[in-house]
Amino acid sequence: MTKKKFLCILLALVVVCCMCVACGNQDNTDDTTDTTTPTGTTEASVIKIGGIGPVTGSAAVYGSSVKAGMEIAVEEVNALGGAIQFDLNFQDDEHDAEKSVNAYHNLKDWNAQILVGSVTTSPCIAVAAETYADRMFQLTPSASSPDVLTDKDNVFQLCFSDPSQGITSAEYIYNNELATKVAAIYNNGDAYSTGIYDAFKARADELGLEVVYSGTFPDDTTTDFSVQLTAAKDAGAELIFLPIYYTPASLIMQQAKDMNYEPIFFGVDGMDGILTLEGFDVTLAEGVMLLTPFNAWDDDEKVVSFVTKYEKKYGSTPNQFAADGYDCVWALYNACVANNITAEMTASEICEILIDAFTGGFTYSGLTGTDMTWSETGEVSKLPVVRIIQDGVYVDL
Amino acid sequence: MSFLSYLISGLSLGSVYAIIALGYTMVYGTAKMLNIPHGDVIMVGAYISFCATAYWGLPAWVSVIAAMVVCTVLGITIEGLAYKPLRSATPLAVLITAIGVSYFLQNAALLIWGSAPKVFTSVFSSFEAIRLFNNQLTISPEAIVTVVVCILIMIGLTTFTSKTKMGKAMRAVSEDKGAAQLMGINVNRTISLTFAIGSALAAIAGVLLCSAYPTLQPTTGSMPGIKAFTAAVFGGIGSIPGAMLGGILLGLIEILAKAYISTQLSDAIVFAVLIIVLLVKPAGLLGKKISEKV
Repeated sequence: MTKKKFLCILLALVVVCCMCVACGNQDNTDDTTDTTTPTGTTEASVIKIGGIGPVTGSAAVYGSSVKAGMEIAVEEVNALGGAIQFDLNFQDDEHDAEKSVNAYHNLKDWNAQILVGSVTTSPCIAVAAETYADRMFQLTPSASSPDVLTDKDNVFQLCFSDPSQGITSAEYIYNNELATKVAAIYNNGDAYSTGIYDAFKARADELGLEVVYSGTFPDDTTTDFSVQLTAAKDAGAELIFLPIYYTPASLIMQQAKDMNYEPIFFGVDGMDGILTLEGFDVTLAEGVMLLTPFNAWDDDEKVVSFVTKYEKKYGSTPNQFAADGYDCVWALYNACVANNITAEMTASEICEILIDAFTGGFTYSGLTGTDMTWSETGEVSKLPVVRIIQDGVYVDL
Repeated sequence: MSFLSYLISGLSLGSVYAIIALGYTMVYGTAKMLNIPHGDVIMVGAYISFCATAYWGLPAWVSVIAAMVVCTVLGITIEGLAYKPLRSATPLAVLITAIGVSYFLQNAALLIWGSAPKVFTSVFSSFEAIRLFNNQLTISPEAIVTVVVCILIMIGLTTFTSKTKMGKAMRAVSEDKGAAQLMGINVNRTISLTFAIGSALAAIAGVLLCSAYPTLQPTTGSMPGIKAFTAAVFGGIGSIPGAMLGGILLGLIEILAKAYISTQLSDAIVFAVLIIVLLVKPAGLLGKKISEKV
């Protein structure tokens, strides 16, 4: 009996200890998320910026890039020592709509005043419904579907939209006579991929560009594309349009090479990142064309400064998502300064001021485009730019 | 010509399924449990081989052996820590534990190697593909090696279970655990051995899978794992030639359905065929029908 009692007490102690440790951890994680606490003077007004994106999981590359880009921009803003300082809290959503909404609630508890995110489309649609109801200003760096903006006056995009990518691709291929027979392989389980493909197909039909084969695959874990490639080859396609993410695209290039099939590959913004894929043979991507608003190898002064800082801090070359995150923070900063926004204002007050600013002719020039303006719907005026991969770097055409 | 190339893709994919299915079927045969983490052991094997070649600069064949050693140890550890204490528990408890182990392995891989996919360099990259009919038909070295390795493993395992003492012990345990113990067979050791062999096979399967389809991420093993489990059931779970037949048929059906019916419905067709087979032959294609004595 005494032994049992002793065990009970021991167990209770262990439980209490565990709870203490857990609480301690909680505090620690809270500390680490606020890595960019401003160092400016106490009088400066600190606006709390929330960020949401996948930092872990299958789409981690996009979220972590946006986060890194935002951190650099916040450091720069705070180093200016102006009247407005930013405090960034970036939450992970693992590219999952439900987790993204939870992350948003966390940020609300933290009293976030402006939201940058979500990075990926489906989570962003879910979060947009919440911010619309709560009246919080939301600027997404990279969720490119028009569904993100539908009927929500408080949501704005910094990236070009899916249909514009499809249309630009079709027009570019047609106008430059890259090919007469075109095939497309896309992920029909994904709104992003299907959205671009539909716009591409519609525009290609209008132009008279012959789409000889359209292959689909159900999700990004698909690894075998031999059937789609054989069919495209048999149909005589000289160019394959790939409105997909870079992971399946890398497999398609590998398998096409194994089959001795050498079409031109034409990707969209999801192709960005293929050169940083660990272990990827970059010679496979030689001559691949893609749409990207940002070129890390550009010699523009702003780009060089950003790339140098990024490489020093994170040890890798930034992609367009990092640049989008960076631009989001700077666009918000410029808008806040121009409209005398202070940290004392509530999220909904800031929201109304920023909506008026963004729809009222606010322009921003950053890494991913110059003189960007926003429409009433929240779409940015930024045209997709076609670039080609040569010797492992992007080259302007 | 395209039919022939579909056939080759199907055979190569099917052989990978077959090797994974052999692991499932062996463990199910002796331990009478669904070893769900098998797919994740494949992923670990592939990562070990990747690290050995990309980070430590070891030759490809050494990396395969390293992967086999690590996976064998991992398999025995999983069996010892997670399944042995549950030997007399209900099958449901064992199933839930297996699911837990599977998640544990995936998340551990996520922590160790990160979520960004890595591109696996094929262990056969130094071999040239065979090109026939004026380059119309290409047979990759991966396809040939996968099929050959699959047949060799099948022959090896059949000989092992029918000729050697340990193999006979395995069959005895699979037929009746209690009786086998009474006959002086160490049941625990036999089951551990089965896990060791199954996990070593998983390492080979991982290397072959990632050589043929070179993206490697923590979830790499789960989908092929499920397909291979289907293949094992298809061929008759517990039967070694059945797993091989089931795997190859599954690969062929998947590729041919994709090519001639619909790329979107290929998985649905695969599972529809499985349902039909199970309706006609409930024990699977080569499975033995065991009548329970009441």
